[in-house]
Amino acid sequence: MNKVPCFGQPVDKFVATVSDEVYHSVHSASAIKSDKRRELLARDFPDPRRLREIAGQIKRHTLDSLDKYLPLAVASLERNGAKVHFAADGDEARRVIHQILQERGARKIVKSKSMVTEEIHLNDYLAERGIEAIETDLGEFIVQIDGDQPSHIVTPIVHKNRRQIAESFERHGLGAYNDDPETITRRARKFMRDKYLAADAGITGANFVVAETGRLVLVTNEGNSRFSLAAPRLHIALVGIEKIVPADRDLAVFLNLLVRSATGQQFTAYTEFITGPRADGQRSGPSETHVVFLDNGRSEILATEYRDILRCIRCGACLNICPVYRQASGHAYRSVYPGPIGAVLSPLLAGGDFARLADLPKACSVCGACGGDACPVCIPLSDLLLRLRDKAKREHASLSARGVPPMGGFAELAARPVLWRGALSAGRALNYFPLDLAPVPPLSRWTAARTLPEFRGGEFRRWWKKRHHE
Amino acid sequence: MSTQEAIFEKVKRALAMTRERTAYPVYDSADFVSKPHTTGGTVEEIFRKNFAAVKGVIVSDAEELRAVLAGHGVKKGCCDAALTVMLQGLGVEWETSFDRARLDEYDLGATIASGAIAETGSLILRDRATPDRLAALAPWVHVAVLRRADIVLTLPEALARLGDDPYTLFVTGPSKTADVEGILIEGVHGPGVQIAWLVD
Repeated sequence: MNKVPCFGQPVDKFVATVSDEVYHSVHSASAIKSDKRRELLARDFPDPRRLREIAGQIKRHTLDSLDKYLPLAVASLERNGAKVHFAADGDEARRVIHQILQERGARKIVKSKSMVTEEIHLNDYLAERGIEAIETDLGEFIVQIDGDQPSHIVTPIVHKNRRQIAESFERHGLGAYNDDPETITRRARKFMRDKYLAADAGITGANFVVAETGRLVLVTNEGNSRFSLAAPRLHIALVGIEKIVPADRDLAVFLNLLVRSATGQQFTAYTEFITGPRADGQRSGPSETHVVFLDNGRSEILATEYRDILRCIRCGACLNICPVYRQASGHAYRSVYPGPIGAVLSPLLAGGDFARLADLPKACSVCGACGGDACPVCIPLSDLLLRLRDKAKREHASLSARGVPPMGGFAELAARPVLWRGALSAGRALNYFPLDLAPVPPLSRWTAARTLPEFRGGEFRRWWKKRHHE
Repeated sequence: MSTQEAIFEKVKRALAMTRERTAYPVYDSADFVSKPHTTGGTVEEIFRKNFAAVKGVIVSDAEELRAVLAGHGVKKGCCDAALTVMLQGLGVEWETSFDRARLDEYDLGATIASGAIAETGSLILRDRATPDRLAALAPWVHVAVLRRADIVLTLPEALARLGDDPYTLFVTGPSKTADVEGILIEGVHGPGVQIAWLVD
């Protein structure tokens, strides 16, 4: 990989530290998944774009009427026998979940992969309170034993190879070093069984919540989610308030698009539909179902011009197709949600901490691949990214050039008319300076293949002034 | 004000300025049915094809099943009590209640499927029709007894029949992962072998 040392944005700086191994894993996995998505959609449907538009419209409709659908979902869930809770932010969600666990003496948890639990950093919070929460998805489990962060919302360890995984397993006492993927998987299977059986509670997210029927829908491939809902007696689902869809029939729209867009499969191995505690006569499964709806900034986003970002169904297609993500990989985004979706969502979810992530929307070439071609719910990602750049400029102008020396200097110059005029006249000196002889490497590299045009700084200003006076 | 009320209020305020709310689109669920996966035969033929495509194994009689189970070295199984008569003579030692303390002793779980989806090659399992979620999940081999009449052609049809069972599963082939370098491995936490026994 050709790594150009650069001053750049924080994301660019991160790229410079990405190893060739990581770069190749991420780049090839992303390309494969993007191709698969496109291939499957084109194979199975005559006009995939129309289907994506319908999906986008259903999501937008739901968001525009969330004041109707959210209470409807609550009523349906309660009618089915689930207990519903609300949390305004991550802190409240952690406390609500902890309290449910504490009241029932639950000390061991099995978790099925959920980005929203990552968003509120649930595992650390529970661990500090003496509650063991084990990630049961193979990828998330490896992230957990490594003390790492997921680098992709669907394939959390896309940045790791089998050797690193084998070393982690060995370190964690899961047998002697063996980097055969099948052996790794079998060892995880064996290890996890005792964890499921010993667990007091299963914690999951939900891919969809159907307002009309109060159905939680979970899609997984490994069967870990079903195990987490089979062995323990308590189920807690943490769900963002934007996860609602109106009716059961809409699930055909979203399941078809989600699975093909996420993993390039027609359908996931496990698709679960849950309305509440287990049936009478059923021996395994939870006797209590709790649903915790999380706001954490979502209702604020709903009120803004960024509402469409809440359509997201977390498929990861925008990551896979993004040239910047392919180059940088997920950790470069310094937040739970990487890639184009993360570049929009993360700064917005950060609320008062917006400035810290205000550079993310700039890590984008505005090629438009994410929203135009990839997104199954047609989120206008490029448009939102541009608007966010504007927001960053207006609200945090002093910070927006931070960490970018050449552009920082330019910004300084452009913001001061006196300096600017001075620079324009001084620039004429360049015409008398033999640039071919410039000994400074970056300059000489540039001039070796190019001729610098004559510097004519200030002429536009003079022309404009003249035109204005006439 | 409770958190719930506060969030409802915030949502209401967020939408107050929306002059024109996007309408629910008029669409036909049939547009979300994959033609290549739902044409070219009877419902059963299509199910057979798509079930095989997701690595499911179909058997039509006890003899066929016996051979498949022998191939996987199955000795001990747990089955729904309603199936005990049907499952005799397969060379399997059966128990009718799943003892989770001896989870790994079972090579096989046998359950009654509530239906199947031809389009996706999925089996439908429901809480009320199978007495133990673990029996269909923990053993390496899972056999679902499936009545031909319970197979629906498309996913929208299956969704329309979800009903009020508290837990419905569409299981599509073996449990699998591609987390390690994108390499497909079957049999992660659930069965590595899914068998459907078609009956009338």
